[in-house]
Amino acid sequence: MSALAPALPLPASAGRIGRRSMIRVTVMGYLSIAVLLPLAAIVWKSSGAGVAGLQQAVTSPETVSALELTTLASVAVALVNAVTGTLIAWVLVRDTFPGKALLNSVIDLPFALPTIVAGLTLLTLYGPLSPFGVDAAYTRWAVVLALLFVTLPFVVRAVQPVLHELDPEMEEAAAALGAGKSTTFRRVILPNILPAMLSGAVLGFARSMGEFGSIVLISGNIPYRTEVASVRIFGLIQSDDVVGAAAVSVVLLVISLLALLLVTGIERRTRRYER
Amino acid sequence: MIRSKIVRLISLASVVVMANLGGLGRTTVAAPARAGTTLSLVAYSTPQQAYGQLIPAFQATAAGKDVSFHESFGASGSQSQLVAQGLPADVVEFSLEPDMGRLVNAGIVSANWYKNAYHGFVTDSAVVFGVRPGNPKHIHTWADLIRAGVSVLTPNPFTSGGARWNVMAAYGAMIKQHKTRAQALAYLRQLFRHVAVQDDSARHELQTFDAGKGDVMLAYENDMITAKASGEKLDWIMPPQTILIENPLAWTLSSKSPNQARAFVKWLWSPAAQQIWGQNGYWPVVPSVRKHFSFTRPKTTLFTIRDFGTWTKVQKTFFDPATGLMVDIEKTAGSAAP
Repeated sequence: MSALAPALPLPASAGRIGRRSMIRVTVMGYLSIAVLLPLAAIVWKSSGAGVAGLQQAVTSPETVSALELTTLASVAVALVNAVTGTLIAWVLVRDTFPGKALLNSVIDLPFALPTIVAGLTLLTLYGPLSPFGVDAAYTRWAVVLALLFVTLPFVVRAVQPVLHELDPEMEEAAAALGAGKSTTFRRVILPNILPAMLSGAVLGFARSMGEFGSIVLISGNIPYRTEVASVRIFGLIQSDDVVGAAAVSVVLLVISLLALLLVTGIERRTRRYER
Repeated sequence: MIRSKIVRLISLASVVVMANLGGLGRTTVAAPARAGTTLSLVAYSTPQQAYGQLIPAFQATAAGKDVSFHESFGASGSQSQLVAQGLPADVVEFSLEPDMGRLVNAGIVSANWYKNAYHGFVTDSAVVFGVRPGNPKHIHTWADLIRAGVSVLTPNPFTSGGARWNVMAAYGAMIKQHKTRAQALAYLRQLFRHVAVQDDSARHELQTFDAGKGDVMLAYENDMITAKASGEKLDWIMPPQTILIENPLAWTLSSKSPNQARAFVKWLWSPAAQQIWGQNGYWPVVPSVRKHFSFTRPKTTLFTIRDFGTWTKVQKTFFDPATGLMVDIEKTAGSAAP
């Protein structure tokens, strides 16, 4: 037995490494075709104008205004989502009520709906002919509204499984030790779900930065007021300024990448703290 | 409306896929033209309905007997860019001439495409004022558009090539009323302060108007005729001065079935085809057919883009995304109170 034991794992682990590297190659290959190559192509295309051309494309006042609006709206949407998404996840996990299973399925519908249909629907409900008398269309609020709709599932779906796995004994222990409801939430539950909240919120943020279909109908696309970055990019493409369009896209990508990196950093830090 | 949009997207996607498959399946041996030719038609969005009647009529002729069609409709500029980037097309029709010019530059359409009796334009129309039923705000002239409390819709001229007709109609209407260039530009500036929504396309503009926004929409007359015929609640007013819209048509040099493509294009100028165009709200360009229709004419002046030079020059002066006159006008429009 002692003679066999070291001999057996060897070929097994060698096989595992072979299989693992094969999986790694497959994953890298797939990522390259699906994600990295298209991203590289955008960056490469944007370099066509040279540094001066890039700078000009990105710093034109109309572009700057569109980027500002897009970033602000996306931040606002991420913050709101972090709160409302967590609340929805909480209700879905901790509450029981009739129709809960149905509600749980409805959450994902904003992903399934073509975004242009989402925009049209929002326009009908909250536009000039709103049956509720709420006319938010063609304002900056409309942009936020559309983004809230299309990014709703991100935080809910990120937080839900974490809440589900959360051991109720931890909360019971906290309560037994005299912690009130709010203290238990702040000190026990929140630290556990915070990484999921953040990653859900930042995914929603990244999605918002590039969103087009749901916004284009309801925002009114007035330059300097309600024109978002993706609509600006579309305008540049239609005006045969493909390089400028690629340059603005790169700015969007960089902002999203920074946000994703920031959250990864925070997550890593909280995990280290836990250990 | 949503459904037609989805159907259109799906049909575009399937056209792209099928066209590509067709390309892959083709061998290097030039097959002789025989029964079962398929022509790929790539066009801007509004004539979709007309082609629904034109194609069967063509197939009923001797030349079109064994020709089937792949059809793709979309925003004029996008369609032109797709073809320039390799979307196979045998016949192309656009809203405005620069989209054809792009394909001439790409070597896909002959530089002589416009050399026929109609300068390459298969249909005409005009920029009109789309208004609420009964014209409650009494919109009749260009001056009425900039009255206090009047809210105007036009697609963004940078995202919608077709909206450039609207801008040039407004500008030209001033010039034709003996205003100076500076005065005409000042009018555009005022006009865009009254623009409440700048949709990305004429199609979306119609949806916005339908959703209750705006008193007036700058639009093509043929679009208004089609919209009203399909039940939209609107009227339209022919301004006293407006621009003649001219839609270019051509076959491509890259066509694998050049004879059939050419036959179809030529047939679209035939009296039979021009009659169908007319029934779909377009002004026929063939005079003998045109006189059968009683389209409203502008009371004082109908001008063309050539009154301001070529489209290329107009594009550069007005719509260059960095230096065009409209860039600055959009800036003041955006910073004005909503």
